[in-house]
Amino acid sequence: MLYRNHILISSHTADAAAIKERFERELAARKLSGAVKVISSPDLIDDSEETLVVVYPEGTFYRGVKADDVPHIVEEHLIKGRFVKELLRCEYDDSTVPSLDRLDFFRKQQRLVLRRCGSIDPEDINDYIRTDGYQALAKVLTAMTPAEVIAEVKKAGLRGRGGAGFLTGLKWEFCAREPEKVKYLICNADEGDPGAFMDRSLLEGDPHSIIEGMTIAAYAIGASQGYIYIRAEYPLAVRRLKNAIAQAEEYGLLGENIFGSGFSFKLLIKEGAGAFVCGEETALMASIEGNRGMPRPRPPFPAQKGLWGKPTNINNVETYSNVPLILLKGADFYSSIGTEKSKGTKVFALAGRIKNTGLVEVPMGITLREIIEDIGGGVQDNRKFKAVQIGGPSGGCLPRSHLDLPVDYDSLSQAGAIMGSGGLVVMDETTCIVDVAKFFLKFTTAESCGKCVPCREGTTRMLEILEAITRGQATLHDLEVLERLARVCKNTALCGLGQTAPNPVLSTLRYFREEYEEHILQHKCRAGVCSDLIQYQIVAERCVGCQACVRVCPTGAIRGEKKAPHKIEVLDCIKCGACMEKCRFDAIIRS
Amino acid sequence: MKAVEKTAVLTSGTVPKESLEILQKYKGGKGALIPALQELQANFGYLPEPVLEEVAKHLNLPLSKVYGVATFYAQFHLSPRGLYVIRLCTGTACHVRGSGAIMQKIRSELGLKPGETTADGRFTLEPVACLGACGQAPVMMVNDDTHGRLTPEMALSVLESYK
Ligand SMILES: Cc1cc2nc3c(=O)[nH]c(=O)nc-3n(C[C@H](O)[C@H](O)[C@H](O)COP(=O)(O)O)c2cc1C
Ligand code: SF4
Ligand code: FES
Repeated sequence: MLYRNHILISSHTADAAAIKERFERELAARKLSGAVKVISSPDLIDDSEETLVVVYPEGTFYRGVKADDVPHIVEEHLIKGRFVKELLRCEYDDSTVPSLDRLDFFRKQQRLVLRRCGSIDPEDINDYIRTDGYQALAKVLTAMTPAEVIAEVKKAGLRGRGGAGFLTGLKWEFCAREPEKVKYLICNADEGDPGAFMDRSLLEGDPHSIIEGMTIAAYAIGASQGYIYIRAEYPLAVRRLKNAIAQAEEYGLLGENIFGSGFSFKLLIKEGAGAFVCGEETALMASIEGNRGMPRPRPPFPAQKGLWGKPTNINNVETYSNVPLILLKGADFYSSIGTEKSKGTKVFALAGRIKNTGLVEVPMGITLREIIEDIGGGVQDNRKFKAVQIGGPSGGCLPRSHLDLPVDYDSLSQAGAIMGSGGLVVMDETTCIVDVAKFFLKFTTAESCGKCVPCREGTTRMLEILEAITRGQATLHDLEVLERLARVCKNTALCGLGQTAPNPVLSTLRYFREEYEEHILQHKCRAGVCSDLIQYQIVAERCVGCQACVRVCPTGAIRGEKKAPHKIEVLDCIKCGACMEKCRFDAIIRS
Repeated sequence: MKAVEKTAVLTSGTVPKESLEILQKYKGGKGALIPALQELQANFGYLPEPVLEEVAKHLNLPLSKVYGVATFYAQFHLSPRGLYVIRLCTGTACHVRGSGAIMQKIRSELGLKPGETTADGRFTLEPVACLGACGQAPVMMVNDDTHGRLTPEMALSVLESYK
C-alpha cells in the first residue's frame, strides 16, 4: 500500500509508546490510517531526552512532543498542511520548509547507507521494496553475469568497512576464481568495538539492505549458503533479521530459484557467544564450526580455505549494505563520492564528550573537525577538546593538531589510527590520556585469546607498566620498555587483535608523551583521573561544617565538629570524589 | 519453571528431562555445540556440570572440548547467577562519561566484585564492553531493561526498583 505520509517517532523516553498509540488513534478517528504510517525508531539522533517526531516526506522535525500535542499535529500538519510552529525544531520563516536537512547535525552528512534508517518500517519488506529495495538484485540476476557484478564493484572502489579496508571487488574475485563447487558467504556482524554501534543500527533499521547485498555477493562468487554471525548482545537486531529473512523468503527474494533465474541462496543466523576476538575472520569461522574462537595463521585465506575448509567470502555489515546502492546507481556515481583511494561514505558512531552523539554518515575525505565541530556540535559543557579515538581498541588517539586531517583509510593509518569499524570517541581535558591507553589495553588483554605469546604476554606486561605509571611508580626506563613491547607485539602477533592492540599506546606516546612523563616524574595527573596521584582536601575558610560530605563518605574519612571546618583523613580516603560532588560551598578541592 | 526452582533441581545432581529433549535436536548437526549450549543456558540460566556431560555424550564430543568451549566464551556460565543480572557498560564511550564511578558505587553498595552474585541470589554484577547504546552513555542493563545517562545515584535507585 502507498502511504501519503510517514511519521517517525524517535525517543528514548517512556512516553514514546503512548505517543505512537495516540497518533494511531487520532489517525483512525479521521480515517487516515491507510494513508499515514507511524514508525518508531529510537536512533535517529540521540542527543535529547525529549521525544522527536518527524513527518515525511517533508522531513519536518518536531521536538518535545507530548501525547497531548498529537491531535494538533494531525489536524494542522496532516490535514491542513501547516506546520505547528511552536514545536518546530529549527527557525522558520514563511519562505522555507523546516526540515531535517537544515539542522547542523544533518547538513554535512551524506546519508546513502543510512538513508532508510529511521524513515522506513524495518519490519515491513514492502517499505523496503517501495524505496527501490531488491531492484539491484533483480537487475543483477536478470541482466548481469557474476563477472560483470565483480567488475562493477571493483570499479566503484568499495573497500571493506570492517577494519582493514581491503578492496571488496578484489576479495570477491579471489573467491570466485576458486574451482571448488561448495562455497560460503559470511556477514560479519560481531561489532565488538566498545564505542561503536553502526552495524547494530543498520541491522535494526534496514535489515533487507544487508540481505540484498549478501545475495548479490553470493551470486558473484557462486555461493548458495550464507551465514550472518551476529553478537548475542543485539537481541533486537537478531529478531528483525529473522523477520526480514522470513519475509524475503516468502516473497521469493531469498531461497530457491530467485526471480526465476535458477540461482538459489539460503541464509542462516549464527549468534555469537561473547568473545571480541571472534570478529577476526578466521576466529569467527572457527566459532561457526562450534569451536573456541581462536584465529589461525593466514594464508590460506578464507577465499581459498574458509568455513569447513571451503572457499569463503566474508564482509562486514556496512560493506554489504553499500552493494545494492553501487549496482543500482552504477560504479561511476559511487566513485564520484570520496577521495581518490577511499570511495563512498562511512558511517561513524559519534560518542564521548560531545554535544550531539549518534550515528553520522559522511563522505570519505571530510575532516575530523567538520565531524566533531559542525556535525557533533563540539565538546560538551564548553570544555576544551583534547583528543579523539578512532577505530576502537585497535585504533589510535589523535590530538587537536590533527583535527584537519581528512578521514580516509590512508591518512588515518599514516597518523597512527585506523578507520576501523567507525567508532569515534571524543575526549576533553577531563580525560587522562594514560588512563585511556590503560583502558584500551585492559580490554585487549582481557580479550586476547591466548594463542600466541607476543599478544598474550605482551599485552599483560604493557598493562602492568601502564598501571605502574598511573600509580606514580614507574620510571623513564619503563617507558622505553613499554615502547619496545608495543613494537614487538605489533610486528609479531598472530592476528589483528595483537597486531593492533599496541596502537592506543603508540599513538598516545607519539602525541601526548609529556603527559606520560608528568605522571612518572612529577607524579601528577593533570586531568585528575588517576586516583593514586590525587588528594582531596577541605579548604577550612570555605567549610561551614554542614556535614553533607560526612553523610556521603563511604569510609567515614571526614571528621570534624558540626558548624566547624572539617578535615579529610588521608589514610581512610578512597578518593571516590563523592564529597566534592556533594559540597555546596566549593570547599573541597582536588590536587 | 522459575530460575530458582531450576537451580534446586540441578543441584540434586540429576539431569532434567528437558535438557535431553533439547539435545535431541542438535544430534549430528554441523557446528551444533555452541547453539546447543546457548539453548541449554537460556533454559537453565547456567550450564551445570551434569548437563555438560550429557552434551558431550549426545554430540559425541570429548568432555574437554565441551568444557573448553563453555569456558572460552563470556556468555556461558558454569555457576548459577542472580535473579537480576546487572550488565554495566565499561566500554569506551561509557568510560569517558563516568562509568567507573558507577561501578565503584554499585560494588560498595552491593558488596560485589565483578562477576559475583549477592548472597541472597538477587543480583549478579557483570561488566560488559559496550551495549551498543553509546549515545546514551553511561549505560547499564538490568536483565533486558536498558537504563542510560546514569549517575552513580541514579544507578542505585534503578537497582532499588528491582529489589
Ligand atoms: C580482533 C578483531 C576483531 C574484529 N572485529 C570485527 C567486527 O566486529 N566486525 C567486522 O566486520 N570486522 C571485524 N574484524 C575484521 C575482520 O577480520 C575482517 O577483516 C572483516 O570482517 C572483513 O570484512 P570487510 O572486508 O568487509 O571489512 C576484526 C578483526 C580483528 C583482528
Ligand atoms: S594476537 Fe592475540 S588474539 Fe590474536 S591469536 Fe595471538 S593471542 Fe590470540
Ligand atoms: S560504550 Fe557503553 S554502550 Fe557503548
